[in-house]
Amino acid sequence: MKTVIEGSHAVSYGVMLSRVQVISAYPITPQTHIVERLSEFCANGELQARFLKVESEHSAMASCIGASAVGARAFTATSSQGLALMHELLHWASGARLPIVMANVNRALASPWNIWCDQIDSLSQRDTGWLQFYCESSQEALDTVIQAFKISESISLPSMVVLDAFYLSHTFEPVDIPDRERVDKFLPPYEPKLKLDPKDPRSFGSLTSPDTFTEMRYQMQQSMEKAKSVILEVDGEYQKIFGRGYRMIETYRCEDAELVLVTTGTVTSTSREVIDQYRDEGKAIGLLKIKSFRPFPSEEVRKELKGIPKVAVIDRNISCGVGGIFAEELKSALCNEEDRPMVFSYIAGLGGRDITQETISNVIEYTLEQDRPKEDILWPDLKR
Amino acid sequence: MSSQEMKEMERRFPEEEYFMSGHLACSGCGATIGMRYALKALGEETIVVIPACCWSMIAGVFPYSSLKVPVYHVAFETAASTATGVKAGLEMKGDATTTVLAWAGDGGTFDIGLQALSGAAERNEDFIYVCYDNEAYMNTGVQRSSATPFLTWTTTTPAHQAKEEAKKNIMEIMAAHRIPYAATASVAYPEDFFNKIKKAKEIKGLKFIHILSTCPTGWRLPTQLSIKAARLAVLTRIFPLYEIAYGEKYTLSVKPEFHPVEEYLKIQGRFSHLTDSEIEVIQENVEKAWVRLVKKAEA
Repeated sequence: MKTVIEGSHAVSYGVMLSRVQVISAYPITPQTHIVERLSEFCANGELQARFLKVESEHSAMASCIGASAVGARAFTATSSQGLALMHELLHWASGARLPIVMANVNRALASPWNIWCDQIDSLSQRDTGWLQFYCESSQEALDTVIQAFKISESISLPSMVVLDAFYLSHTFEPVDIPDRERVDKFLPPYEPKLKLDPKDPRSFGSLTSPDTFTEMRYQMQQSMEKAKSVILEVDGEYQKIFGRGYRMIETYRCEDAELVLVTTGTVTSTSREVIDQYRDEGKAIGLLKIKSFRPFPSEEVRKELKGIPKVAVIDRNISCGVGGIFAEELKSALCNEEDRPMVFSYIAGLGGRDITQETISNVIEYTLEQDRPKEDILWPDLKR
Repeated sequence: MSSQEMKEMERRFPEEEYFMSGHLACSGCGATIGMRYALKALGEETIVVIPACCWSMIAGVFPYSSLKVPVYHVAFETAASTATGVKAGLEMKGDATTTVLAWAGDGGTFDIGLQALSGAAERNEDFIYVCYDNEAYMNTGVQRSSATPFLTWTTTTPAHQAKEEAKKNIMEIMAAHRIPYAATASVAYPEDFFNKIKKAKEIKGLKFIHILSTCPTGWRLPTQLSIKAARLAVLTRIFPLYEIAYGEKYTLSVKPEFHPVEEYLKIQGRFSHLTDSEIEVIQENVEKAWVRLVKKAEA
């Protein structure tokens, strides 16, 4: 059914269609619309789920962990401070191999207070063992939620579906809401092999000695590796059934490109317009969108960027002391490759500053002009 | 106790054990007694949620477990929040009979776990929360918690600057949440504890049981005096046994004759620094608190 809905509500529909059984959430702007809509779905019976109105995000994640441990499908949504508060439990959930799915709306972290779009909240959690998917549109957000449950339940690791604050969460777009029957066929009920069950009593999370711990972390990494093929399989299946697929990365007009712009989230949409303008003028500029950040699509970016002279990464985040996080990870994936591009790292759009077509053009122009970046970190929208 | 009395006591409890030997507790640990009788009362359809505390170790090192019921080890402050999720998950899976038991120490209840406990209590989540209270952070080496009594020695409240604050009154906090059932217990009164757990099992909503759990290691007490100390705590009225229904109805479980607090304090190394006048102050505080409690029970 095609309809016009708010980005946050697209996530709610994805959760409802995924027949989530336990939702545990705490309000924080700009996530709150997600759980408010879910609350309505629960109240009117469209979704049969327990909605736990917990007293903090830390408790939201803890109760998702408890619910998932007995084999219930669990979901939460948060942003910024809330995600940061969950931090220790993000490690817990992945170490406990629980396929929890969480929506995170990318919002800046205090201090000072800023409620607008910034990727530092989710990127700060990149070491926690969660899969991370960055969405460009409301449609993609809805589809990714449904796919995430299937992927997570297949490899026993939790997933974070990420969307931009306000640009995506609070704007209205046409969205095709898949019908229940087809989603049910695509996503069967969650049946874990191991769970809390008095009929099969086991202990989970006991003290583990140095003799055994490495092998558990190795297994987690192996699952993250396996996730790469599972993501493509699940996405391929989704494409067949629903006609939409996203894969781990997307390349746009990169043939013979002399410069490829690398983006994530809604700035990708704006960039497509700019790329088209450059191409119309005969300039060979392309775009690479990163959707899957964890697992990092190393093989794919190496393949797509081989022989490309220059790459300009736009990071809507900064890890102070080193730079833009997508840029750092990209450089890391490319560092041993022969025929690798010169990478220019740009910080723009922090704390909800619009990344305009002008900013993107400036990024492209500067990159074309320089053989190599004059600085490791470039600030095209800084007011000087 | 005569062998006749022991035989009678054993008959009062089901024979089935859910707690096996080979666990890692210290000699004389009160928390092991607590778990043993709690599980006898609850039976095999129980899931235990254990946050960071001594029981994280006592339960056993991977791949062994000393308990015959499912155990979920969880982060320090999350006993009540995880138990909330476990119960919700069970309900959604159609299981209305399995009991969820949150089993936490005093640190994970009075201090770091208080928010989650308050949240679960306010929402009246349906599980049993047992705080086994050894009155300090024993697992990490005897540091003070807000459950540490007034003037007690701990490693962070050394003898020359022993704990200046009174023990936090967790029962009054739980009463203020008006949960259906709250009770105190002592490892020296296993039948009382057993009965309270059984009672809690039949009630829907949040049930909170605060059991005084001797720690010979941290209390600097000879291990063979573990039960004696837990009994003296009740007899001296330092740790009264009572129940609170819906935050209003108080019922005393035991009405001991007068025993001076000194009987309890003098057998423990953690109180060996106390002066006579300090012991008098403790005696006065205990009497004031007892009178208040008795008044509430008579109301």
